[in-house]
Amino acid sequence: MSQKDNVMQAKDLQKVSTASKVTQVLVKFGVYAFLIIMALIVLFPFYWMIISSLKDLSEYRAPTPTFWPNKVVWDNYPMAFSTANLGQLFMNTAYVGIVSTLLSLVITVLSAFAFARLEFKGKETLFGLLLATMMIPGELFTITNYLTVKNLGWMDTFEALIVPFLVSVFYIYLLRQNFMQIPNELYLAAKVDGCKDLKYLWKVMIPLAMPTLISITILKMMGAWNSYVWPNLVTKSDATRLITNGLRNAFSDSTGDVNYPVQMAAVVIVSAPLFMVFLFLRKYIMAGVSRSGIKG
Amino acid sequence: MVDSKQQWKAWLYLSPAIVLLLVFTAWPIINTLRMAFLENYSGLQEIGGATFNFGIGNFLTVIKYKKFLQCLSNTVGLCITTVPISTILALLIAVALNSIKPLQKILQTIFFLPYVTNSIAIGMVFAAMFNIIGLRPGGGYADTWGIINLAIQAFGGEPINWINAGSNYGPNIIVMIVYIVWNALPFKILVLLGGLQSINKQYYDAAKVDSTSRTRVFARITVPLLSPMLAYVIITGFIGGFKEYSSIIGIFGENMGPAHDAGRLNTMVGFVYDALERDFQGRASAAALILFGIILLVTLFNNHVIKRFTHY
Repeated sequence: MSQKDNVMQAKDLQKVSTASKVTQVLVKFGVYAFLIIMALIVLFPFYWMIISSLKDLSEYRAPTPTFWPNKVVWDNYPMAFSTANLGQLFMNTAYVGIVSTLLSLVITVLSAFAFARLEFKGKETLFGLLLATMMIPGELFTITNYLTVKNLGWMDTFEALIVPFLVSVFYIYLLRQNFMQIPNELYLAAKVDGCKDLKYLWKVMIPLAMPTLISITILKMMGAWNSYVWPNLVTKSDATRLITNGLRNAFSDSTGDVNYPVQMAAVVIVSAPLFMVFLFLRKYIMAGVSRSGIKG
Repeated sequence: MVDSKQQWKAWLYLSPAIVLLLVFTAWPIINTLRMAFLENYSGLQEIGGATFNFGIGNFLTVIKYKKFLQCLSNTVGLCITTVPISTILALLIAVALNSIKPLQKILQTIFFLPYVTNSIAIGMVFAAMFNIIGLRPGGGYADTWGIINLAIQAFGGEPINWINAGSNYGPNIIVMIVYIVWNALPFKILVLLGGLQSINKQYYDAAKVDSTSRTRVFARITVPLLSPMLAYVIITGFIGGFKEYSSIIGIFGENMGPAHDAGRLNTMVGFVYDALERDFQGRASAAALILFGIILLVTLFNNHVIKRFTHY
């Protein structure tokens, strides 16, 4: 091979590498462009909700849309509060959310402890049966539970909203897995030292399983906040109705002619607490969700 | 060795869960089967002393019911469109997210945002975007066409009546597909991105040494190694899709359709609730069991197909 050939080859190689660099940059650019466009599409409804809630009705109805309100109007917010009775519904939802989360945590912790640490006859069978119920769609339970609640005289009460959903097999399963990871020796050592079960649970197991418990708490609270179908069946008055039900029904109008800025203000009020929770507890929410795949 | 003190304690700790599960989970399973096979069963009439024949009448009534067929076709239609669209989009976004470093965290958070929303509340925002604003009674003319239609006009198109009175089925369904896909993306992206991040980097390094093309790497490495996650996302997507209900309430309200044609977009779950509220629990149970059967069959079918393509 002559030296000239060698030089040619080196030049070709260089050309190839600059060409591949150019494609690499182009690909990177394409990837970012794609992601940013998709992100804007995802964000647009949130943006539109917020700016619409700050417009006055005539500006919202203007034939040329404004992407920032000419005049920022805050009046829509108090109006939304009174139209949909949001204050009362807010308190109802908070009450149902907190009470059902606390009770549900107690039940879940006790059951998960029994399944993870204690020996009893029929443990495996019982656990298998519980897991099997997870496959059945919730609608199948709803029909009978509706009748049960009716027969118990619980229509339009908080009990109807709280009691039927206190036990979640999935949470028991999740926490049991977590408890199993804690070495048994710890439990035996505590026993030798004369530590009572409940004290051990409180002092050792619960602190060690904290991330799972936080995930469960958040998912349960989000569930109360977002539930619509069941409360719609069993509550009829504002005294027990939850926030989502009030939201959808307060503004419906058969002509489709609605005061949208006020409606959007109500939607912002209902969505804001969830966003706050998400901002602060993102890690737990995303971990909990990727394991469960359930939404509220 | 099982000591009896532990036995006793275990049942004590389990008792609240077991009592609640017996009342609100075990009994409903038995009772749903019972009601489904008692012809024209109604809870109110039973209290009044009525008796019902045993038979499959409820199932026959439900299947012959025109409204039920409409609910079924709506549900299936939404399923077979939204699951593939959202899965492919989520896959593209997850792969793109996985290939970048700057901005990754913030974009990931943005793509997760729709998950932490209330599907009724944001449905109302979508409805507002697709709505015609200031509809004049009777005339069908609008003061303003709404933001989506204004955007279509800006690109030289004709405005469409998406969801208002007088709208057609096609536009209605398109709005539902857009909203359901938007809602379904975050969970899928989260799971798929998690899967991508756990793929061993050595495969990609080996491909680089062999200077394999990007598309080939995607088709021969990324997708096969991601297939368990894809399978999970597709199966849960179908299960969720067959239970579609509240997203339609979000857009159309309890009317479940445009003002002139209530119930047009009703789904299987919606049918169950309608029957329940009108005290036809026998029919509701039969419909719920049919829904369960369909979900079971589709899941088994998915499992079967996916097994042939999944690489564990």
